[in-house]
Amino acid sequence: MEGELVLLDFWPSMFGMRTRIALAEKQIKYEYREEDLRNKSALLLQMNPVHKKIPVLIHNGKPVCESLIQVQYIDEVWNDRAPLLPSNPYQRATARFWADFVDKKIYDLGAKIWRSKGEEQEAAKKEFIECLKLLEGELGDKPYFGGKDFGYVDVALVPFYSWFYAYEKCGKFSIEAECPKLIAWAKRCMQKESVAKSLPDPEKIYDFVLQLKKAFGIE
Amino acid sequence: MATSEVKVLGSWPSPYAMRPRIALNLKSVDYEYIDEKLWEGKSQLLLQSNPVHKKIPVLIHGDRKPICESLIIVQYIDEAWSSGPSILPSDPYDRAVARFWAAYLDDKWFPAVKSVGVAKGEEAKKAAIAQVEEGLALMEEALGGCSKGKGFFGGDEIGYLDIAFGSFLGWLRVTERFNDMKQLDEGKTPGLVEWADRFSSHAAVKDVMPDTDKLAEFGKMVIAKIRAAGAAAEMH
Repeated sequence: MEGELVLLDFWPSMFGMRTRIALAEKQIKYEYREEDLRNKSALLLQMNPVHKKIPVLIHNGKPVCESLIQVQYIDEVWNDRAPLLPSNPYQRATARFWADFVDKKIYDLGAKIWRSKGEEQEAAKKEFIECLKLLEGELGDKPYFGGKDFGYVDVALVPFYSWFYAYEKCGKFSIEAECPKLIAWAKRCMQKESVAKSLPDPEKIYDFVLQLKKAFGIE
Repeated sequence: MATSEVKVLGSWPSPYAMRPRIALNLKSVDYEYIDEKLWEGKSQLLLQSNPVHKKIPVLIHGDRKPICESLIIVQYIDEAWSSGPSILPSDPYDRAVARFWAAYLDDKWFPAVKSVGVAKGEEAKKAAIAQVEEGLALMEEALGGCSKGKGFFGGDEIGYLDIAFGSFLGWLRVTERFNDMKQLDEGKTPGLVEWADRFSSHAAVKDVMPDTDKLAEFGKMVIAKIRAAGAAAEMH
């Protein structure tokens, strides 16, 4: 069933982390290949000619692109263990909605926080916290977004936790102060080996952001 | 499943609102269609049903909480009415491919189509048109791969990607008309030209596809508003 699996990835990418977590949850062996995004490999350009982006999951030579599509693919192919999406259609629709919400909002707002300053940064911080609070509302009293088990929305969101420290330092604010329940959830997820192994050290992410800021000439 | 009430909140010019309706038609599910005139403001029902995004389409199925986002709704319809014809392909890889192209159309291609109408200056317009044509070339190739020689992306029958792409045909035709050009062209994309006819005349689609003339009139109004406001249209 396994075949040959290669993941083209970039260590700080929250999107790559999602796929890493899904593969780890299912205990699937794969070859991890680090891409230098300033010098993309021929394989990456061949496997994702439309977007030229990571992550790309190559299964028996055939590419699957886009992180949430990869997570669903992994869940459907390896459907005999650690299910990520619930089986009930209504719950599945809800899970897809919130993962899509994370995609639509969190990345761009986070990027604005570390890239901008002044009013633009303040506006981004405000909207970012509002979105996290909405997610907290959806989480409610459940241990995970998936309920008692770690699931699809947890996979979609938890990679951003590794970037929270960088956002906080750049934006000079505390996410935990505003969204304690969400931080508690993130720490709970980090107890899982699949998550802990897949997320880089937040200090390293912050160093990476500082390098990016230098490269882009951002103060 | 018990006969529950199914309602779709949509807006007749919206390509996204077509999608759940086509899916329900494919499954032979009766539903009530509620048309929102978004350019006049958003109804209480819409704001209550989709508090997060405040956008159509919304599917209300019985007393469940509403389901939002057109492609998520289509997948829900496919899974909730599992006895009807399948909308998503059965093979996981084929499903990943269909999802990939639907996301590409929503995230990259249709925004390029929309920008042709409101591009500032000839350079910007040319660039937008080039992007639209590049996308069509990709979809022509995708049709070959997905259809496996049959009439639709879904094979013998309309599927997820047919619905995702076909819902944009009305606005593509309007863009062609306004800019006096042919983007869906027999010379460049013969497969898509035939597919477009097949899709538009399909029983599940023809009553849901807006009339191109009516859409063009509406388009003129929207473009005028955008140029006046200098901001993106609230058409979702």
